[in-house]
Amino acid sequence: MTSDARAALDRAGFSRRDFLKTSGALIVGFSMAGAISENADAQGNFAGGAPGSPPANQVDSWVAIGSDGAITGYSGKEELGQGISTAQTQLVAEELSVPFDRVKLIYCDTAYTPDQGVTSGSQSHPANFNHNNLAQACATAREALFRLAAERLGAPVSDLSASNGVISVKARPSSSITYGELVGGRKFNLAVDPKAKRKPASEWTVLGKPAKRPDIPAVMTGQFEFVHNVRLPGMLHGRVVRPPAVGATVMSVDESSVKDVPGLVKVVVKKNFVGVVAQKQWQAAQAAEKLKVNWAPGTGLPKQSEFHDHVRNQKPTRDVLLVDSKDVEQKLGDAATVVKATYLHPYQMHGSMGTSCAVADVQGDKATIYSPTQGVWHQRSTAAMVLGLKPENVHVIFRRGSGCYGLNGADTVTYDAALLSQAAGKPVRVQLTRKDEMAWENYGNAYVIDERAGLDAQGNIVAWEHESWSPTLGNRPGMTTPGNVVTGMLVGFQPEPFTPRTPAPEPRAYNNNSNGVPSYFAGRVGGENKGTGTIQSERSLLHNVVSPFWTGPLRSPARLQNTFAQECFMDELAARAKADPVAYRLRHLSDSRLREALESATKTAKWDARPSPKPNSKTGVATGRGVACVAYTAIVIEADVNQDTGKVHVKRIVCSIDAGPISNPDGLKNQAEGGALQGMSRALGEEVTWDDQKVTSVDWATFHSLPLGFEIPKVECVLLNRPDEEATGAGETAITVIAAAIGNAIFDATGARIRQIPFTPERVKAALSART
Amino acid sequence: MTLKVNGRTHNVDVDPATPLLYVLSDDLELRGPKFGCGLGQCGACTVIVKGQAIRSCVTPVKSVEGAEITTLEGLGTPEKPHPLQQAFIDEQAAQCGFCVNGVILTAKAFLDKNPKASEQQIQQALSGVMCRCFTHVRMFRAIERYAKAVAR
Repeated sequence: MTSDARAALDRAGFSRRDFLKTSGALIVGFSMAGAISENADAQGNFAGGAPGSPPANQVDSWVAIGSDGAITGYSGKEELGQGISTAQTQLVAEELSVPFDRVKLIYCDTAYTPDQGVTSGSQSHPANFNHNNLAQACATAREALFRLAAERLGAPVSDLSASNGVISVKARPSSSITYGELVGGRKFNLAVDPKAKRKPASEWTVLGKPAKRPDIPAVMTGQFEFVHNVRLPGMLHGRVVRPPAVGATVMSVDESSVKDVPGLVKVVVKKNFVGVVAQKQWQAAQAAEKLKVNWAPGTGLPKQSEFHDHVRNQKPTRDVLLVDSKDVEQKLGDAATVVKATYLHPYQMHGSMGTSCAVADVQGDKATIYSPTQGVWHQRSTAAMVLGLKPENVHVIFRRGSGCYGLNGADTVTYDAALLSQAAGKPVRVQLTRKDEMAWENYGNAYVIDERAGLDAQGNIVAWEHESWSPTLGNRPGMTTPGNVVTGMLVGFQPEPFTPRTPAPEPRAYNNNSNGVPSYFAGRVGGENKGTGTIQSERSLLHNVVSPFWTGPLRSPARLQNTFAQECFMDELAARAKADPVAYRLRHLSDSRLREALESATKTAKWDARPSPKPNSKTGVATGRGVACVAYTAIVIEADVNQDTGKVHVKRIVCSIDAGPISNPDGLKNQAEGGALQGMSRALGEEVTWDDQKVTSVDWATFHSLPLGFEIPKVECVLLNRPDEEATGAGETAITVIAAAIGNAIFDATGARIRQIPFTPERVKAALSART
Repeated sequence: MTLKVNGRTHNVDVDPATPLLYVLSDDLELRGPKFGCGLGQCGACTVIVKGQAIRSCVTPVKSVEGAEITTLEGLGTPEKPHPLQQAFIDEQAAQCGFCVNGVILTAKAFLDKNPKASEQQIQQALSGVMCRCFTHVRMFRAIERYAKAVAR
């Protein structure tokens, strides 16, 4: 718990742990029980939460009001740098009609906050801003406060208004009472009321306005406590020694090799997990470097140059059919033209700016763990398995790490610190080396994607098939699978088993979380069109195979790869039909929000409507524009392609984004801007590489992220506000569409189509030479 | 060994070969300089020594004994930030914020010496610094805002 969070608890005037237990706490008496069923649905699977977690259907799990009127919000969705804590603070302030700075938000601490699973997948905004969880708990609290005030002030609820933490009678404002006087320091003891009315967007004064992030001044002045800065009394420093090759196992460890390292406390070996603990970080680093470990050879790796064929041909597979109208073959047979293309995506890494770090204090049968994990409850349960402790004896406290963009080394380094602390009997801090981080992450998935479509004589799409292959191994640890990340596996846990399944069962419900269904499909499942397009003859089939490397969610997992292929292919079809790529898209889109996003981006960018490619000379610098979209984001870019060097320079990015009601416009913009540029870096340079034994992209010289010093494109964001729609995610929007937009701009500029990411100068040059 | 950090003198008992970064973050418990790569490739560990932005992760502590070292904390505080820090606050120029140490100190050291630098020169000066959240648009806006004020 940070010092300001602790101060917030103190101000609230109670011990949170005691408070959450019904007995002993002061309870607000309600003359009418708040219309509550015990099973008030709090975002489906998290209704119950992990054993011991504050119940999601209770107001007290989400919000507390101190005797001084200070408000504390509790959330299971954490601040990773994406700005969600600011938006959540705005939400609490708005629903309770207090200023932003009256609210303190506490998130992701297994002693205090509700279990909302993992902070991931762009799900924080929808989970807490619609009709459940934090939003609904605050709305329930607000109604309860009004009911209490009505009794105390002797006026009906409809005659009252709230402002600045004070409820008063509208007609005689001197008749008023504060929140602190009504409930200060006491429990609501009230279930979250699914019928409590959210404040309509038209009345918002805090939400919907740009809010400055409260953490930023400390961040900019070096005062902010990242997990890397946690220091406990008596804390030691640990380092791990990872295998030199994929699949290598420990034969023996020669402890005498480090006996002369000053400050060495312990060498720890547990199956294939090897680590050292020392007084100081530098001593631990030297011990890890010098420790002689005799490793059995690795299992070998498939050749990288042939990897995509290896993936396509690998058996067994696990198949998922998303849509199938059963007439695709027939329609393709009848089509005037059939177009086919294959797109390739590499493994990519999270490549966090700071390597992953955690601090653990394991004493006997109890553990306190400071972790940058995206899921504190999952970490609690799986760290308990790794340590052989009871989950209820493990306390996991989230501390911000370096931006993760998904499953980076956060969970694995937490096990590292916990294991070393348990062995040393002291608090231990572990921060991975750059190489250990990069060689053993759960990489974002590689993909092979086939697209096949038929056009009629007028160039309309009459049938389209999307089929993909992607290797997987491991994942987030979940509640029971520490073996899904490397440390868990090294100490003897298995990753979740790969269960082959072929053929795929018929789709029973429409699920397009993977973006495996192109935007132009009708998406007909169960007799209803659920997609965003018009194409009736449609098929989307996905295959997973076993990966030689660990894989896991990396910002916009599967979605980014599938959309890259589909949106490039749509451009290929438009070119074949000699149609303008935007008009051609609109011709096949039925969804009004996606159409509007596309129209908005192209209007802002002053889209030059004509078919691609643009007539250009085949030497020197050529300029082109590209577009791509997916529900509900559209992006237009302009790029220069140097046809002599193969270098691509993106000059301008216009992004229109619709994420439902906008909570913090500045935060949304920050996400779109960063996502667009991060996606650009992934599209132009980022690729995991390996030799026959091990990963070889292990630092910033071998894994190519764009540094700060490139010529940054002009980025314009158009925010489409939808106050009456459901809140959706924003972090995985721009990043999902930009690779295709760049690929389409390269085609527009040069007539060369590149179907493999990253678009390195070598690949661009190869595609340029292949032009006819 | 004696270290002068942010105007204060500290006596530390460490192996002289220890990278300066570990001494700053572990012995002095400073939070500004950070371990990003340990290879001098990313800038997260940057500190200013004798007006130069250096990479503390690859600098043996012995080599800066007695020299004036400035870390991000040494520029300003949340209550009274340095104008460059203020520009970053005004532009909300961060996502996770892990990299800002390298970005701010590298820009500061460069602009101290080159107050009239062009946008292109500033970009060039930051070519060895990384931000993996890609908050580049805002960071450059903040640096430009500060640079314009300095040039005036």
